[in-house]
Amino acid sequence: MLLNKIIREKINSKLMLTFTILSCLLVVLIFFGLYYKSSPLFTNNSIKDLLFSSEWFPLKGKFGLLPFISSTIWVTLISVIIAIPFSLLTAIYLTEYADKRFVRMINPLIDILAGLPSVIFGIWGVIMIVPFIKNHIAPALGISSGGYCLLAGGIVLAVMILPVIIHVVSEVFRAIPQDLKNASLSLGATQWQTIKYVVIRKSMPGIIAAIVLGLSRAFGETLAVLMVVGNVVKMPHSVFDPAYPLPALIANNYGEMLSIPLYDSALMFSALILFVIVLIFNVISRIILVRIERSLGIG
Amino acid sequence: MYQNNHINVRNLNVHFDNNHVLKNINVEIPDKKITAIIGSSGCGKTTFLKCMNRLIDSVDGVKITGELLVDGENIFDPKTDVTLIRKKMGLLSQRPYPLPMSIYDNVAYGPRIHGEKSRKKLDHIVEYYLKEASLWEEVKDRLKTPAARLSIGQQQRLCLARGLAVEPEIILGDEPTSALDPQSSQNIEQKFLELKDKYTIIMVTHILRQAKRIADYLIFIHLGEIIEHGPAKEILENPKEKKTKEYISGIIS
Amino acid sequence: MDKRKIEESIFKILMRVATLSIVISLAVILISIIYKAIPVMNWGMISQTPQGGFYLGENGGVLNAILGSLYLATGATILALMLSFPIVFYINIYAKKGSWFVHTVRLCFDILWGIPSIVYGAFGFSIMILLGMRTSLFAGIIVIALVILPIIVRALDEVVRMIPQGLLDASYSLGATKTQTSVKIVTRQALPGLITAILIAFGRGIGDAAAVLFTTGYTDNVPTSLFDSAATLPLAIFFQLGSPVEAVQNRAFASALILTIIILSISILARYFSGKYNKFKV
Repeated sequence: MLLNKIIREKINSKLMLTFTILSCLLVVLIFFGLYYKSSPLFTNNSIKDLLFSSEWFPLKGKFGLLPFISSTIWVTLISVIIAIPFSLLTAIYLTEYADKRFVRMINPLIDILAGLPSVIFGIWGVIMIVPFIKNHIAPALGISSGGYCLLAGGIVLAVMILPVIIHVVSEVFRAIPQDLKNASLSLGATQWQTIKYVVIRKSMPGIIAAIVLGLSRAFGETLAVLMVVGNVVKMPHSVFDPAYPLPALIANNYGEMLSIPLYDSALMFSALILFVIVLIFNVISRIILVRIERSLGIG
Repeated sequence: MYQNNHINVRNLNVHFDNNHVLKNINVEIPDKKITAIIGSSGCGKTTFLKCMNRLIDSVDGVKITGELLVDGENIFDPKTDVTLIRKKMGLLSQRPYPLPMSIYDNVAYGPRIHGEKSRKKLDHIVEYYLKEASLWEEVKDRLKTPAARLSIGQQQRLCLARGLAVEPEIILGDEPTSALDPQSSQNIEQKFLELKDKYTIIMVTHILRQAKRIADYLIFIHLGEIIEHGPAKEILENPKEKKTKEYISGIIS
Repeated sequence: MDKRKIEESIFKILMRVATLSIVISLAVILISIIYKAIPVMNWGMISQTPQGGFYLGENGGVLNAILGSLYLATGATILALMLSFPIVFYINIYAKKGSWFVHTVRLCFDILWGIPSIVYGAFGFSIMILLGMRTSLFAGIIVIALVILPIIVRALDEVVRMIPQGLLDASYSLGATKTQTSVKIVTRQALPGLITAILIAFGRGIGDAAAVLFTTGYTDNVPTSLFDSAATLPLAIFFQLGSPVEAVQNRAFASALILTIIILSISILARYFSGKYNKFKV
């Protein structure tokens, strides 16, 4: 009976360990799975061509991914550039200035924004952002644009990553000891000077980690961007040009990828690029955040 | 008789939510002396200190009534510019909190936020106050290194220099030696004795011997009330109140 | 007024504007969808599957997609839960606290959490081709379970980590094994947090589109077995919006409203259960 209990305990423990290790191995598994599926591509195309050529002619076996890669980078950068001021200002306001009751009112709203599915953001982009760019922003600048463009993708993405950045930055701000702020305040600094010179400076690694996390979120976002970005295979030259990011390429062509040779490999290679870049971003930001947690003795 | 003193406290009451933390505090603090606030932990002495430069503002659910006059001006008056009040007082906290910047920038921080831009003047200020805090010789060759790399005793002297650099009239110390080793503590005490000719020094301490060593004036607080205050010598040698007697002889601590 | 005060007031205004604009964008998203959806919303959208001529703007609804999404999210949440319990118990109760192994596992789940769902979709699809599987509810459930596994593990981990060691020691001292302690004490303590985590994961499962695009397929019928293809709401919205027929495009708005209402109810429910664990987890 007792022996039974011990043995069962051992088995349970090993079983749990197996589950844990297996799920962690998923990271490795996805990498090799995608690599394996994209490897046929490498016999006819060099990695350099795949990444830096803009010749995208699947029927001729040419798979230059540059237009997609640069679209992805552009749309991500635009979204982060828009999101950074809004999220930082909001996080500062909510942690340093706003009344507790106000914060308790706003936080659930930010949570709801974070929980909305990407297709909803996409629909919103189609209903509002695209027409607004087409009818107001572009004409105001003397440009003609169909509205389905990098800027539309960037704006929609920015709203999607705002909650992520606000959440992480607020946590970092809250971890700054009050006594450190007091040190600055007691010298006669205003609250804003204290925030500018002490809080932000001390939180800099955390702010960077939050932005990188937002970047990686934006990088892989598919449907919302796909719906508003235009999906034209062309190197974009301005924010009013349509673009074709990597996730959209994968999502749009899953149906026909089996009929053209190597097309499926090219799509899997796109997924691999996304995976690797997001992985790097994530690891960087997590390592920074864990360091902060440890140095402040929390977590 | 203390009409012209820097700090006069009248009927000061502090509540945290439903806790009455400071009860009817009335006291005048003598200029250019070391005043020690003593009392057992949790009696409200740190709260009292935080009232003086209104750092108490950042505490949630705090309610303050009464007056705390600094140079005749009630600092709790909503029209008061709190940054000017704080500029008049340097603070040394329990643990040193160097700002996340270099040694130089820590000392220059105060003058800079108050608008000093001249590099030459700042250089002069930094050197002068680091010397004033007896830290100059130890750090003059590495002014650009982050302040966090200094030893904790050096950090506390840096914080003193930083506080002095805004040219305060008053120095507040919140158990400023409690995190330091005996040698560093002695440095700070020595520093206070040298500085009292120029500054009014108010320090909270839970070490009675420290109060005996350096204080000119004592305020004894028990459970949020001032039990007794007066010249240190008188109180230590001849306490009038029973509670003070008990505290000094170590019955309550 | 001195210069630094002016700077502070300007930034304070900017902060209020930023905060307000985030709230306003949420309101605008919801209002614009409701505004577009109301004229085309009718009971048939919810109660019927697509009828003949649905894709030309005639009768029918998205019942197939509503049910498909609910089946998919339910299946995936259950599967992910079954996987996440042993993992969270292992790293909190069995493994040595603060060990290298535990840190690595946590980092792995942070990474898995960050992987875009389109990558999970592509990976799942390549596995399906390898195994010669067709698109099905089953395949979709597995892929969505992978997408939400890190969400549940991270949320649950945070809750379980908060359980005081003393409580566990009390259980051990009564002679309970670690397994018994995990199941009886930890589960009960973590219950409110667990419910929140489940609801958030469920919401994510319903809303995800990129991962099911390849794996679940799309059909006008309500799936009757695990190995049928299944429609999902996000994809229904996506396909309807892509239609050249305006009446069908407008239906996308009605479908979006249905999805929004489902998601909002889930977040409100999650908030209700979250109680003291109101730390936001995505």
